Amino acid sequence: MSGESNRLAEIIESSTTSFTAQCYELYDLPPLGSLVKTKDVSVEIYGIVSNASTTSLEPGRRPIARGKDAATEEDIYKSSPQLTKLLRSEFSALVVGHRGGDKLYHFLPPGPARIHAFVYACTPEEVKEFGRSLDFLNILVSTRLPVSVEELVAATLRQMAQAQEDPHVFLVAAGKELAVLLPDFNQLKAILGRLK
Amino acid sequence: MNEQARQRLGIVVTGSLEEGIDVKLDGVVSVEDMAVGRYVTIEGQKQRFFGMITDVSLGVTDPHLTLTPPDVSDPFIAEVLAGTSTYGSLHVAPYLTIGGSGLAGGPMPVKTVPSHYSVVNQASQEDVELVFGKEDKDRYYIGTPLDMETKICLNLPELVKRSNGIFGKSGTGKTFLTRILLIGMLQKSAAVNLIFDMHSEYGWAGTSEGGRMVKSLKQLFPSKVAVFTLDEESSKRRKVSTDFVVRIGYDEIEPEDMVLLRETLNLTDLAIEATYQLRRRFSKDWIQTTINLKDAEEIKKVLDDTRIHESTFQSLQRGLATIGRLPFLVPHPPDNPVKRILEDLDRGLNVVLEFGRYTDITAYILVANLLTRRIYAQYRDRMEKAMGEDTAKPTPLVITIEEAHKFLNPEVASQTIFGTIAREMRKYNVTLLVIDQRPSGIDSEVMSQLGTKITCLLDNERDIDSVLAGVSGKSELKSVLARLESRQQALIFGHAVPMPIVIRTREYGSAKSYKEFAGEAGVKGKAEKDIEELWG
Repeated sequence: MSGESNRLAEIIESSTTSFTAQCYELYDLPPLGSLVKTKDVSVEIYGIVSNASTTSLEPGRRPIARGKDAATEEDIYKSSPQLTKLLRSEFSALVVGHRGGDKLYHFLPPGPARIHAFVYACTPEEVKEFGRSLDFLNILVSTRLPVSVEELVAATLRQMAQAQEDPHVFLVAAGKELAVLLPDFNQLKAILGRLK
Repeated sequence: MNEQARQRLGIVVTGSLEEGIDVKLDGVVSVEDMAVGRYVTIEGQKQRFFGMITDVSLGVTDPHLTLTPPDVSDPFIAEVLAGTSTYGSLHVAPYLTIGGSGLAGGPMPVKTVPSHYSVVNQASQEDVELVFGKEDKDRYYIGTPLDMETKICLNLPELVKRSNGIFGKSGTGKTFLTRILLIGMLQKSAAVNLIFDMHSEYGWAGTSEGGRMVKSLKQLFPSKVAVFTLDEESSKRRKVSTDFVVRIGYDEIEPEDMVLLRETLNLTDLAIEATYQLRRRFSKDWIQTTINLKDAEEIKKVLDDTRIHESTFQSLQRGLATIGRLPFLVPHPPDNPVKRILEDLDRGLNVVLEFGRYTDITAYILVANLLTRRIYAQYRDRMEKAMGEDTAKPTPLVITIEEAHKFLNPEVASQTIFGTIAREMRKYNVTLLVIDQRPSGIDSEVMSQLGTKITCLLDNERDIDSVLAGVSGKSELKSVLARLESRQQALIFGHAVPMPIVIRTREYGSAKSYKEFAGEAGVKGKAEKDIEELWG
């Protein structure tokens, strides 16, 4: 399974359906739609990155523009090294499954993840294993998020397809699953259009 | 069984026994690969069902898809939509259950439908063989199902137990089909055939649509076929080796024979009535005497005695004169054709009676009716004797008639010998093989008694209705029948087949096909010979 090198972030907010984690490194965010996991006492909880943001550490203090005299963006950070400590990157993930013992379940775990639990990026093997069942799509299409369902589903499938032996076959199978799940053809069309 | 060999088509979604089963096709299966008339098996939970595709249709889950069609030029989108949002569906008529555990139970008529989401497969060669049986000593290879190489076989001893019909528009292959069937009968049915061969195409040789000569029964099986002819000259010109020239005496014609000719000779009911009176008055020579009545005095006397109206008599005299002009009718025939035919039939020979030039319907009806009536009488006597004395029954006889609607139309069917045979002669070991292009002209009572019907393409609504009358799943079969190709395809249903089937008839006319036909007979002949040698 994943080693410490895959450790990305730490949970700072958690519920049964989702969790939010702060990255250890500024801007070290997992891509939208990628599969991450966190460990609870007895289960591993899998989530799909559904939103991400980089904000000021203190909600009341907004960053100000600093680069008027800098040649490059990098120069701004170099000249003000404190910036990386005053900003933070965090992402939220939608819980789509869990692993209890040897078995992988594509539905919600019994309880939410704990605060300060570590969040890891999943290895391609794990992504491939998770992608064997497309039942998680049902959770994705039925949630309300800041990111539109079409974008999230398409991003997830693009991410997951990369880990498959035959990405095309995987995408067609997922497309067929979506065609059944989504009664509205326009929504399906929007997703399929983003898969290419 | 070989599960891999079967191609999965889809799953059962709805249906009823009465109206058939709807099958949703899998995405990978193209509707364009489907065809009406093809066989499928449905794997129910407890039993396997065997059915036939009767309709193919397209469906969408969202009406938007029909109003604003997606961009299917993108293969990815097309692939995703196929089988999900857009799908093909089949309508399947279930006919048989073929046993829950593979080969165990034989085919049984279907009494229920498979449960929801049962898997539907294309029927494999084994399935079709399981249902229709393999070629053996009783089963005769008649053709193959569409798009399959499996041989479809008819159980001929079973077939000849009932009267049968071959129908189809002109030029759809009725004659070829009949030849194939006759060859089968003479090989495997243990019945003998008497064929009234109106166009002289079953005995020695016939022509195909392209004008090519094809061999017929006598050339292929010289030892099993006797060719009788009404027209010796025509037979000689065609270099046919005939066995007997049929001559019929005037005295053989009975008033009953005239009933059938009423229409073709344009006689009134009163004229038919008059024939009975004349027969009574002049006894056996009634025809010749009536034709020869010229003297006015004499005629008046006869008419007064018999109370026949003069105009009726004149019309009858004209009609009888038409018959009298037929060259094969003679005052004193050298031999009795009925006796000769029966002798040959008793020896196991199949008799083909060629009509040569006398292809007009009057001659055909007269001769067929006259001979059949006598043969019928003989068979009935023998059968009754056999039943009474417990001796051997006469060999089953199949009488083949063409233009059957002339003999079996509703006006005459109840009175003619052919109507009687179709209805009840099965008991006396005589059945009919009727060949016709206008089945709607045949009495419905007779049609309903036909055991097995083989029909090539028909496109007249009334003909189709009359052929399919009383068959379950009629509307489905109708769509199958109307879509037959105009050549070499036929729909078979009824007594001799477990379920309706569309076949591509086996080849007939090439050297290879002759060899195959002869080969089948040869093998059997050799086996019989071996047995004889072995047991003395």
